[in-house]
Amino acid sequence: MFGGGGDSGYKKLSTVNRRMFIMTAAKLVIFGGIITRLFSLQINENKKYLTLSDKNRLREWRLPPVRGDFEDFFGNKIASNLKVYQLHVVPEQVEDFRYLMIRLRDILDIDSKTFKKILKKRNQQKSWETLIISENLSWDQFAKINFYLHELSGAKPVLSVARNYPYNEKFTHLLGYVAQASEKDLIENEVIKKSHVPGLRVGKIGLEKTYENQLIGSNGIQRYEVNAYGKRINQIDFVEGKKGTNIKLTVDTEIQAQCNELLKDKAGSICVMDIYTGELIAMHSSPSFDPNLFLYGISHDNWNEILNNPKKPLINRSIQGLYPPGSTIKPIVALSALENDVISTKFKVNCTGKTEMYGQTYHCWKDTGHGIVNLRDALKVSCDTFFYEMSRRLGVDRLNLTAKKFGLGEKVFNGTYNEEKKGLIPSTQWKKNALGRGWVLGETLITGIGQGYMQTTPLQLCLMTAQLANGGFKIKPKIIYDKKSDTYEKIKYEMEKNRIELLSDFQQDDALVDFSLERKKRDTDLYKPLYRNQENVKFVLEAMFASTNEVRGTSYSSRISDKKYQFAGKTGTSQVKKITEIQRELDLDISQIPYEERDHALFVAFGPYINPRYALSVFVEHGGAGSSAAAPLAKKLFKTIVDRHEEREKIREKSLMEI
Amino acid sequence: MFKETALSGQTTFFQKLRSLDYILLVCILILGVISSFAMYATDGGELLYHTKSHVLRFIIFFIMMFVLSFLNIRFWHATGYLFYIMVLGLLIWASLYGITASGSQRWVDLYFINLQPSELMKIAIIVCFAKFYHRAKINQINHFKNLLVPMMILILPILLVVSQPDLGTSILIALSGIIVLWLAGINLKYFIYSGLFLLISLPFVIAFLKPYQKLRILTFFNPDKDPLGAGYQIIQSKIAIGSGGLTGKGFLKGTQGYLEFLPEKHTDFIFTLFSEEHGFIGSLALLFIYGVIIYRIIDIGKNARSFFGKLFCFGFASSIFVFITVNMSMVLGLLPIVGSPLPIMSYGGSSMLATMIGFSIVMSTKIYQKQLIA
Repeated sequence: MFGGGGDSGYKKLSTVNRRMFIMTAAKLVIFGGIITRLFSLQINENKKYLTLSDKNRLREWRLPPVRGDFEDFFGNKIASNLKVYQLHVVPEQVEDFRYLMIRLRDILDIDSKTFKKILKKRNQQKSWETLIISENLSWDQFAKINFYLHELSGAKPVLSVARNYPYNEKFTHLLGYVAQASEKDLIENEVIKKSHVPGLRVGKIGLEKTYENQLIGSNGIQRYEVNAYGKRINQIDFVEGKKGTNIKLTVDTEIQAQCNELLKDKAGSICVMDIYTGELIAMHSSPSFDPNLFLYGISHDNWNEILNNPKKPLINRSIQGLYPPGSTIKPIVALSALENDVISTKFKVNCTGKTEMYGQTYHCWKDTGHGIVNLRDALKVSCDTFFYEMSRRLGVDRLNLTAKKFGLGEKVFNGTYNEEKKGLIPSTQWKKNALGRGWVLGETLITGIGQGYMQTTPLQLCLMTAQLANGGFKIKPKIIYDKKSDTYEKIKYEMEKNRIELLSDFQQDDALVDFSLERKKRDTDLYKPLYRNQENVKFVLEAMFASTNEVRGTSYSSRISDKKYQFAGKTGTSQVKKITEIQRELDLDISQIPYEERDHALFVAFGPYINPRYALSVFVEHGGAGSSAAAPLAKKLFKTIVDRHEEREKIREKSLMEI
Repeated sequence: MFKETALSGQTTFFQKLRSLDYILLVCILILGVISSFAMYATDGGELLYHTKSHVLRFIIFFIMMFVLSFLNIRFWHATGYLFYIMVLGLLIWASLYGITASGSQRWVDLYFINLQPSELMKIAIIVCFAKFYHRAKINQINHFKNLLVPMMILILPILLVVSQPDLGTSILIALSGIIVLWLAGINLKYFIYSGLFLLISLPFVIAFLKPYQKLRILTFFNPDKDPLGAGYQIIQSKIAIGSGGLTGKGFLKGTQGYLEFLPEKHTDFIFTLFSEEHGFIGSLALLFIYGVIIYRIIDIGKNARSFFGKLFCFGFASSIFVFITVNMSMVLGLLPIVGSPLPIMSYGGSSMLATMIGFSIVMSTKIYQKQLIA
């Protein structure tokens, strides 16, 4: 008996064969479907999946960019970078964060205060953001971490670079400093945002901030193939970052260091400038602080010490400090009077120590008076009575124009320093607009001796002196060295050309120079004369020479008789408070006056007297008399400045040869 | 004379050897070689545990298949029910004393091998049904009594496997069984009825599913919902296959594979890895080999004189097809992820053993194709 058998068996066979045929057809269709799917994934969407697969396996690590250096004129690095070892953790990638932290605490010996701070920071940021456990591991700690690394999954020792200021506090105000980029930095600066990595330091103030985009450099990129657990399998490629641009400054570290030394324990400022090239040789504001403190987040104690220092180290006095210029303004007042033909050089005033005008008594600094003085003597002995009378005749508005032409009341480095102040040179118009009151004639008198509303920065006084000393020509102050800029010879030539041009113009139409028009053209007026008649400038410079180098001159005791170093200057002593009659009677010694009420000591100077090249301003806050507190500092500085000159020119020649 | 020998089954050994299906044998061997290289690639290009044991198993089971091929088809017919009952017994043993791994109690410890009886059941159910319908008369097949027994035969192992829990294998067993039932001649309406019944009871079934099983089904419909969780496997598998392109990334160069983005790359996702490294062309070639194997089995079934042999071949060919398509559709993102190995390619002894037993029954059918079974 066969299975099924007979008709039934045949029917059974035909059923199974028929159904198998249907089945086979269905199989072909389904296989076709699978092949279609394979085709669509592998051929049609291949690109998309290749990208996804690369996204899976490739990870980029951005390395912090290396910041460009600052160097001084002689090539000394005044801001550079140090290699530092850091420890980073990305909480998201850590299996057991608490365990890891406790292990790290033990290995690195982190104190409980810092440890709590780190944990607090962890809670403040997102879990995928890098948490910096330590910014600056010692080599020992770094080695230890690497030794235990296999049991510290998630901890990443990183070799990084950090800003370093080898001269510590010496250049702080000039350079500014860097600190960790804040949210605000990222929002304000697109470039910072683009190259930001955790722990990136950016400029916070000063040149470091202004030149951020040049200094920052570009990130290095490490591309790794990683497995599904994020472990790096091998490095695919490495794009080296580009270091930021090195910026060469015009400053001289040695002179800057001496400025630091001279102002030690004092509050004040010293600025030194090349009177032709406008190069800033030194600019120091005292007291200063060590910018390296800000690198890893300044400690509470250090910060408080800076903040609570009564001499306010955070203020950059050279450009931010506004003070009455005192008698240092007198050369400009004298020049203004001569230029406007208010007086002649022969004009004389009898100084009795005080003068009555408009119902008020105006005192000369010398109670006994100077007797009969002419303009030259008045500048030399700084006779206030003479200047009261001259100012009265000149008027504040004409003085205002001359002062502004020579650089007062305007920012010296427009844009280079955000914190720079422009000061104030008063005028009748200004008073009406700003205070809503009319000008009082008496105010002209005190403006004429650099008191009252008048406020200048030490750097402005330096520029003013420089533009007088070069014969009365406009120069462009600069702090960034650029070898393509005009040479001393070219500038000299240009000035001479402009001098002759003016002379011939003057002779032609004998017209007065329209000062207001002149002002509008200021910026295009580089190396153009700021005077109408150069004889007036020469007269003022000669009077300044007398002030330093002739007997009875106010800074006679600070003179250098060696022709090589001989300089000319003008002292200034600016009052902080109106002196009462009682105080005048008492004639107190400086040590008997409270610090905040003592006079500011100022001194502006240029030299060497024959062929002058440099101008400077010295300012000592509450230092007392300019002749005793400020001028002696200039004397010490001038020797260095002149001695460094040859060296400086040698370097300049070398750098020009390199083109 | 020929009829006599066919009836008595006394063919000489060389005649038997000659009548083996060499195309099928060669295809199985090629598949063995391909799978060994694929396994080597999953081990990251090193001769490690998976590759070694896969190659070893393939050699042992291939020889076993070869030897078993010479068993008379009558033997398989005679032991059909016994085979089923033994495997069912192993399933019960597994559910009582089995080895648990990754949350599922699937394996029995046979001292020399850890056996997964559910894999064997995929074959046993076909043998069992083939025997059952070998004798059944066509006009009795759709009688209620004759429906009830196969139903029991099918449902018992499915319940056991579902309770392990192993949804994937139980579905594959069910599919194997149902296909054989249909081929055997059961009226289509019963399938429609039971299909409808299943649809109605689906909500209740879902209520009994484990949370991870529910998640897998949900994930299938929207893998991007949880790309790092449940959808991870589908997404990564699609990325691997898609990035393979026309010619693939090259042997041992499948980044998704060696960088560990692919889950279960030795077993269920072996095709993904293969497809990533060898591309569309490689995948087509693999499909072609499977196609030839299936075609050969159907052809042998056609030429078989015994209904047992014929039904087994048809059923086996269909279930291999189902295993392949379910596995591939799964890794291609066409079906939810359920555990289902790719025959011969995937790592796993029980699956390979079951497939090889199937092949040896097919071979036996070929050798004894003229044989009739009482």
